[in-house]
Amino acid sequence: MKAKLSRLWWSLMAMIVLCPGFALAAGGGNEAPIVIVADTRKLTGVLAWWANLYNESHLQFMLLTIVLIPVTGVVFGVIADLIMSRIGIDLKSKDLPGH
Amino acid sequence: MEWLYVLMPIAGVKIFWPGLIILGVGVGIIGGFFGMGGAWMVTPGLNILGFPMAFAIGTDIAHMAGKSLISTMRHGKFGNVDYKLGLIMLVGTVVGFEIGAQMVMWLERIGSVEKVVRWIYMALLAGIAWMVFHDVGKRKKLERAAAAKGEVLDDSVQGIDFASKLHKIHIPPMVHLKEAGIYCSAWLPIIVSFLTGWLAGILGIGGGLIRMPALIYLIGCPTHVAVGTDLFEVAISGLYGAATYTWKGRTELVAAMIMLVGAAMGAQVGAVATKYIKGYGIRIAFGLAVVGCAVSIFLKLIKPWLPGYGTMLDNASTTLVLGLVASMSIYIFMRMVAGAKRELAMKKNR
Repeated sequence: MKAKLSRLWWSLMAMIVLCPGFALAAGGGNEAPIVIVADTRKLTGVLAWWANLYNESHLQFMLLTIVLIPVTGVVFGVIADLIMSRIGIDLKSKDLPGH
Repeated sequence: MEWLYVLMPIAGVKIFWPGLIILGVGVGIIGGFFGMGGAWMVTPGLNILGFPMAFAIGTDIAHMAGKSLISTMRHGKFGNVDYKLGLIMLVGTVVGFEIGAQMVMWLERIGSVEKVVRWIYMALLAGIAWMVFHDVGKRKKLERAAAAKGEVLDDSVQGIDFASKLHKIHIPPMVHLKEAGIYCSAWLPIIVSFLTGWLAGILGIGGGLIRMPALIYLIGCPTHVAVGTDLFEVAISGLYGAATYTWKGRTELVAAMIMLVGAAMGAQVGAVATKYIKGYGIRIAFGLAVVGCAVSIFLKLIKPWLPGYGTMLDNASTTLVLGLVASMSIYIFMRMVAGAKRELAMKKNR
């Protein structure tokens, strides 16, 4: 019984790892998506660079997104933490037990 | 007043940026407190601000990833995140979500699926709300019975306890989940996350609204750990979602970052507020949020039967959701301030 369950467990893991490959092999990922192009004519400076990056390479824009989003979240979250700890709130322990 | 508007470089529309920050603060507080992404609250808000729908989902997911990440870190410091449970559940969630999404596409080929999906969502939310309030009611009854005997009911006693029965199923491999305080079969979180992921895939939602009660009632997590662990899942899936939506060109990064300024700070407030509110307090507020979400969907569902009132029903639904965001975030903030004041007074008296 244990051996069977262990086999089932590892089969499931293998299925998860191989899932994207199977999906592509079955003909997935071939749809033609609608492309939205940013109008850069009215833009200048950082915003123009930003929109050009979007138009030229979605890959680079994606990499920028997945770096900027966590960094922005952490920076402003830490600012909130600093304000709360300056007020005197204990940010290391919770007091209330229970379910 | 031109300075209050910022041009979105990709969508090409001018948006009232303080509105984005206020919306971010509201959904950040609620997300950090309940452990969910809150797409059902963000989308109507973005719509009201004049945001094109093509970018609403991607922008929402991108800001969600950032706020959930920082909130997970805060909950982690409080010992509210069971990372092992989160990683195990991620497996089931991803597989379940993909199967659910494929099923919807298959159903779409057969016929109109949207209405069916909305009714399923309604039934599910009604079921969750019933379970939460039934649980709270039973717990109150037990508290009254204990008080009649002159005793105080232990904090660990719950109104509904399906989880302890599920923990008795010893199918290997067994896992010990330290933060959640659970020893169970690894199949339990996998199957539960598969089912919640599958439902989320069918319904086209992030799944926090389903996963949070499932973590409490089926897996047996304490409420605070359910909130933290759910946020951990939202952070990972949100980052993946942000990457895929941006890859498809559907994220307005400027808007996501403006929202994130408010959301990251709000999420910290929401996470710290859980420190001062007992598990059952969080459950009651969560139940109310579920009721609000269900009513807003119901208003959309009855629209085809009342064609003359279409606009009014749409407006009522948006007002309800935004009113709920405002009132809940203010309530959580007030509770946090009251708790912090109490803590500071105690520190002073020491």
